[in-house]
Amino acid sequence: MGILNKILTAFRGGATEVGQSIVDANSTRIFEQEIRDAEKHLTNAKRELTDVMAKEMQASREVDRLKRSITEHEGYVAQALDKGNEALAIEVAEKIAQLEQELAEQQTANDSFSAHAVRLKDLVKKTERQLSDYQRQLSMVKTTESVQKATATITDSFASSNSKLLNAKDSLERIKARQQQFDDRLKAAETLAEEGSDKSLQAKLAEAGIGEQKSNANAVLERIKARKS
Amino acid sequence: MNIHTLANHLNSLGNNSQTGFQFDCYPIDGEVEVLQVNVVGREEIPVFVSVTDNQILCISYLWGENEVNQERRSEMFETMLELNIPMPLSAFAKIDDKYVVYGALSLQSSMLEIEQELAVLSDNCLEVIDEMVDYLK
Repeated sequence: MGILNKILTAFRGGATEVGQSIVDANSTRIFEQEIRDAEKHLTNAKRELTDVMAKEMQASREVDRLKRSITEHEGYVAQALDKGNEALAIEVAEKIAQLEQELAEQQTANDSFSAHAVRLKDLVKKTERQLSDYQRQLSMVKTTESVQKATATITDSFASSNSKLLNAKDSLERIKARQQQFDDRLKAAETLAEEGSDKSLQAKLAEAGIGEQKSNANAVLERIKARKS
Repeated sequence: MNIHTLANHLNSLGNNSQTGFQFDCYPIDGEVEVLQVNVVGREEIPVFVSVTDNQILCISYLWGENEVNQERRSEMFETMLELNIPMPLSAFAKIDDKYVVYGALSLQSSMLEIEQELAVLSDNCLEVIDEMVDYLK
């Protein structure tokens, strides 16, 4: 059961009234502390993992070295036998037995480091998943709380300023009416401007050939000719 | 990002906003700081902005449960669900007994993005009320 369920339960339980919060502040603090603890564990686990992986690499190098050394000494045994020096061959063989003993120990250590590293990697992955889940849940609780507090703030503000949020229909009507009024005024102003400039009347008169006519080249020519004659 | 820098920015825009709207902002004091943003000409339906740890929330109230025609309530829900995705940048929600549209923004949002969010939210709000007024008493 996740945090969503808790939030819904709290809503339905009527915890939405002003002053009551979804999850009390104390448990949010505890939750935050848990997240910090988990983060600390994660850091430690990662550090430990680094150590273990370093040791694993070291052990693995040691295993390789011992194996090489054993092969080398086996060669020496063969050479000693070839030369009929059995005493030396036994001495080297003893050394090999000692090396094999060491190899077995190193191999065990190496295996144990590897297994430990795998366990730690699993743990780190699991903790990281858990941590991000905690953080997601905390963010949900905090957002819910914040929205509720904001709502309370808004409600208080409207109550104290004696203004109130209108109902949706009235609000829309008023906004639309204002917009309409603005549009009407704009249109009226345009019409008025057109009429006021006499542009329309002058244009109509000119079109009808009434009133002052624009002089044109022909008229000027006629006038001058008339003056001359 | 806090609501005071946002308020200063929006108030100083005047006629030079990118969205063509003018904004009047009033911080409201309370346990959580809330900025009331009035879009000039639409003062009846303000947008409320609050900043939380990880987001900026812009909320506009649509109507209260008491305004809903109870017989058409489930039809209203269905319409809200259907409109939820087509409606740009905003989503429907319910806070206490009030239906709202809201948009959530990252704390890294620019002032321009917030301005656009507010403008779109306001447009959406008017359009939703206009479209869904039949579900109201």
